[in-house]
Amino acid sequence: MQNKCGQFFTSYRQENRLFKTWFERFWLLVLFVGLILYPLCFDSYVLQLCMINIAIIAAVSLNVLTGACGQISLGQGAFVGVGAYAGVWFVQSGAAMLPEWMFVVFGGPFIPAILCGGLVTALVGMFFGIPSLRLKGIYLAIATLAAQFILEYVFLHWKSVTGGHSGMAVPAPEIFGYTFDTYPRMFYLTLACAVLMVYLATNLMRSKPGRAFVSIRDHHLSAEIVGVNLFWYKLQAFAVSAFMAGVAGGLWAHTARYLTPSPTFGIGLSISYLAMIIIGGLGSVLGAVYGAIFISVLPICLDLLAELVGGFFPELATPIKATKGGVFGLVLMLFLIFEPEGLAHRWRLIKAYWKLYPFAH
Amino acid sequence: MSLLDVTGITLTFRGLAALMNVSFTIEEGEILSLIGPNGAGKTSMLNCISGRYHPDEGDIAIDGKSILSMKAHRRTEMGLSRTFQNIALFKGMSVLDNLMVGRHSQMKYGLLASMLYWGKARRHEDMHRRRVEDVIDFLGLSPYRHQVAGRLPYGVQKRVELGRALAAEPRLILLDEPMAGMNLEETEDMARYILDINEEWGVTVLLVEHDMGVVMDISDKVVVLDFGSVLATGAPEEVQQDKDVIAAYLGGEDETFLGR
Repeated sequence: MQNKCGQFFTSYRQENRLFKTWFERFWLLVLFVGLILYPLCFDSYVLQLCMINIAIIAAVSLNVLTGACGQISLGQGAFVGVGAYAGVWFVQSGAAMLPEWMFVVFGGPFIPAILCGGLVTALVGMFFGIPSLRLKGIYLAIATLAAQFILEYVFLHWKSVTGGHSGMAVPAPEIFGYTFDTYPRMFYLTLACAVLMVYLATNLMRSKPGRAFVSIRDHHLSAEIVGVNLFWYKLQAFAVSAFMAGVAGGLWAHTARYLTPSPTFGIGLSISYLAMIIIGGLGSVLGAVYGAIFISVLPICLDLLAELVGGFFPELATPIKATKGGVFGLVLMLFLIFEPEGLAHRWRLIKAYWKLYPFAH
Repeated sequence: MSLLDVTGITLTFRGLAALMNVSFTIEEGEILSLIGPNGAGKTSMLNCISGRYHPDEGDIAIDGKSILSMKAHRRTEMGLSRTFQNIALFKGMSVLDNLMVGRHSQMKYGLLASMLYWGKARRHEDMHRRRVEDVIDFLGLSPYRHQVAGRLPYGVQKRVELGRALAAEPRLILLDEPMAGMNLEETEDMARYILDINEEWGVTVLLVEHDMGVVMDISDKVVVLDFGSVLATGAPEEVQQDKDVIAAYLGGEDETFLGR
């Protein structure tokens, strides 16, 4: 948080700003203009961009819980699943339960349903977070792994809600009569949600609850001494994290438009979220964003590479495709060895370097 | 009425007595030192007061109100604050954030307000930041404000921990060996800080320390523990003369040690 040379703050509010310089604000604007223009100019990879937005929300949610609060969760994939099914249920069967004014304010059942799906997921997350009072580290990991399997079982067998093995179709979301039935439209919706969630998580991390989370991670004994109610804050971390995961799930369901429980919301998804926050940087909101983008883009790049090489050497195309998983794992491992503090840390170092360039000190 | 009343505290670990019938009182505005040979039960006593250990018998009261049934975080709200013998900072956070966490129990806004960071939450953040800056100025921590606490030198980390305890605006601060591992200059600085905390900020101090020079200089009252029970209580000069205390420290009647 060290500022540029010649940049002085005259109030705490100024110092606490998220984007402190016009330079930062300008490039952020450029980024968003680019993102908004992309689906208008190009057709390919729009679905992947939607999924990246969703992955960003889920990774940020996991980073609040695991990166900041230190409560490892191997059940985040299942929490996303809970949000997906709950969101769809509230759009279809549960819409009657929602109060009338919500439809008026939010222009239809979609937004209330996503929020209610998030709340249901938060309750589920809090329930599975209860063991965190007694269990730490690897033991908590196993407890949340149990949550993963229990929830997957429920997805498969609660057929009236989830459709069981055969899955179920999801209608396109509609807000104020505007139907989000194409991928470009879904891209704007998921982008808006991702920006909102990243903003909320950033605020959370820079104020009282976020600091309490990190204090629990760094030294839970002295956290209690400074007045942090350990159990309550751990539960809050589970609740916030699961809520965001639930929102990600609701968006996922409405982007994919078809839900099958397994392996979509399986242990593989949980692990990949964990990989995102480790690669991005534990405890940093921006890190989770970088990690989500990296993990989502890497397989696409490997595919492109395989295609490219296959163009020159057709006989190599199949073996390259076959080793894709291995290359993916290798890249992850190299990252952990050479960049253990994540992309967010590397980004800070790069910024620090250019701040002083061309001087050494 | 005393600020802190410790009456007949007995603490055992599986039959092994760490504290036996320990009683003492701290008056508002006092500096009380708890001394004794290694293993005498000084840190156990602090842990009983701060809520990490639960004594088997006896009572601990602030302003005559028993705090034994309270959890540690509730005791902080009662005006209790402490530092640890081995540095227990939040190593991944900046110095500023460490001190801001110190004010946790004073901050009154919830999760939703914090996520929106608007209105109340923002006002409170600025307000508490101002108080934290007072502590930073007082302890001379401003060069380290935005640095990660875990990477600072040992002496500075000790100071940050004192600052975190102070940020909570306690009435009673428990200091567990604040001078341990410090050189002469740092020790003198720390002694000065403790006196200032006591005199300017009006905080009552319970000090556990091995540096007898400092203890005898700054304390109003000294409690000597040995093998879990109180050996002597009184002003520093009285304790220095006490035969039992000399025997406990030196195993004989050599009077040169405590009298420096």
